Amino acid sequence: MNPLAVLQPGGDAATALYIVAFSLFIVGVKRGTHPTTAKQGNLVAAAGMAVAVVTTLLLDGIGNWGLIALGLGIGTAVGVIASVRVKMTEMPQMVALYNGVGGGAVALIAWSEIRHGISLGEEIPLDTLIPVLFAAVVGSVSFWGSNIAFAKLQDLIPTRPMAVPGQQAINVVLLIGIVAACVSIAINNDDPNQAIFIAILIAAGLLGNLVVLPIGGADMPVVISLLNAFTGLSAAAAGFALDNVALIVAGTLVGSSGTILTMEMATAMNRSVANVLFAGFGGAPAGGAAGSTEERPHTSIGAQDAAIKLAYADSVVIVPGYGLAVAQAQHAIKEVADELEKRGVTVSYAIHPVAGRMPGHMNVLLAEADVPYEQLREMEEINPEMPRTDVAVIVGANDVTNPAAKNDPDSPIAGMPIIEVDQAQQVIVIKRSLSPGFAGIDNDLFYEANTSMLFADAKQAAADIAAEIQQL
Amino acid sequence: MSVMTEITIFVLAAFVGFEVISKVPTTLHTPLMSQTNAIHGIVMLGGLIVVGYANDPLEYVIGTIAIAFGAINIVGGFMVTDRMLGMFSKKPKPKADAADGKGGGDK
Repeated sequence: MNPLAVLQPGGDAATALYIVAFSLFIVGVKRGTHPTTAKQGNLVAAAGMAVAVVTTLLLDGIGNWGLIALGLGIGTAVGVIASVRVKMTEMPQMVALYNGVGGGAVALIAWSEIRHGISLGEEIPLDTLIPVLFAAVVGSVSFWGSNIAFAKLQDLIPTRPMAVPGQQAINVVLLIGIVAACVSIAINNDDPNQAIFIAILIAAGLLGNLVVLPIGGADMPVVISLLNAFTGLSAAAAGFALDNVALIVAGTLVGSSGTILTMEMATAMNRSVANVLFAGFGGAPAGGAAGSTEERPHTSIGAQDAAIKLAYADSVVIVPGYGLAVAQAQHAIKEVADELEKRGVTVSYAIHPVAGRMPGHMNVLLAEADVPYEQLREMEEINPEMPRTDVAVIVGANDVTNPAAKNDPDSPIAGMPIIEVDQAQQVIVIKRSLSPGFAGIDNDLFYEANTSMLFADAKQAAADIAAEIQQL
Repeated sequence: MSVMTEITIFVLAAFVGFEVISKVPTTLHTPLMSQTNAIHGIVMLGGLIVVGYANDPLEYVIGTIAIAFGAINIVGGFMVTDRMLGMFSKKPKPKADAADGKGGGDK
């Protein structure tokens, strides 16, 4: 069958190579946590993956090389093209998509395993069947949930929270149904019903859709990270079913490290993971706030006025948000900063932990535009300096600057740490309109006396401001 | 492998995961998420095993799709992470220039 077959499945040599592979994963992730070693860490993990894949291909008895080559070829081509073409601004949805296909692979493998078990006509041992069921459910939830997250971030479907009436009840019923169906398959493990299994896959997919749909765009980073951890766990479950130590260790590693990352992100927003998943941002306050938006007075300025304010300041803090990413404005903003620095203005960038749609998103974008690392300041570090800042420029950020988080205990975002731009002497907000952010709530900052609104596309506005500063 | 051995491995690996990720600078959250995302693409091994030992048309189809999905997860995941981290390294000036060139067209 396999001309290259040199390793016995489950044999010592194969296991030893798998141990090498997962050791490289652990070293890779560890290095990934430090700025200086991160790039190398990623390569180490990739090398581990190469070892794991080659080991598997060398297993005795592996056949159907044409199909394996087909799958590998298609997957590699899609992966290479997608990751080379993707813009830095679209990185979050790309991660969501990759996560989704990973979950999909797990669900398909689980399905295949159960078919295999049925075709043998023997009793399927529970230590295989239970992991298979777990992998099927979690993999399917992850696949569909990630796809919804992708669609939301790519603006294929509205980013605002969408809920059907009785949503929570439907989810609970679905979950109970899935568990009951799993139990019924496990009890009849001498002859599992494949139709019930397919129904489980579909119900889990539906659950994935229903859980992610009501979550607003602002919470997507947490959701993607959580689904990433889920996919890891489902991969580990597949490892239990296939008796594959590399899958168990790698999947578990992703599951537990992903859980920590998810909690760190949720903490940055001062929300619990449960709160993100089940509460959403309340729809009612959003409606009320939108109604009152029209009547409140605000100050609107043009690029020239903004340029004057900035050029004659001593210190300027730029607060980037997702609007900057959407408008691809990072290079234009860097130009404004360059012009200002030529005039001796101190420029720094205030990075909220969850600015954009993923932690670190802004750092990546600004690094792409060659912004010096030292100018990127974290929220805790920059907030004490805000009262001494002459002008704070908000580029496409909204909720992370909303003073209601501090001042209004009834606000849906109450308690969320914010960049305290309201403390700065002057605030310029570059934004397309007064519309609320992803949290769907009005931002009081826009109506403060010292706030000027510059209604424009972030990139265009930044280019105009840079040109105006040059002429001063 | 006995179930208990597997559970032992599982629990230890879980603790390793918790320990390895501590105090990550915010900057590295996205790349790290992306890297761990690529690592769970290891499920592709399951697809290889399934297809490698399959002898039923539907299993061929399911398994081949699973391999393709897993390969996208692995290849795309590691490459995107590499691109992201490339933005942070100081040395590769040409790379940064290339990125500038892209945005330069509409300056």
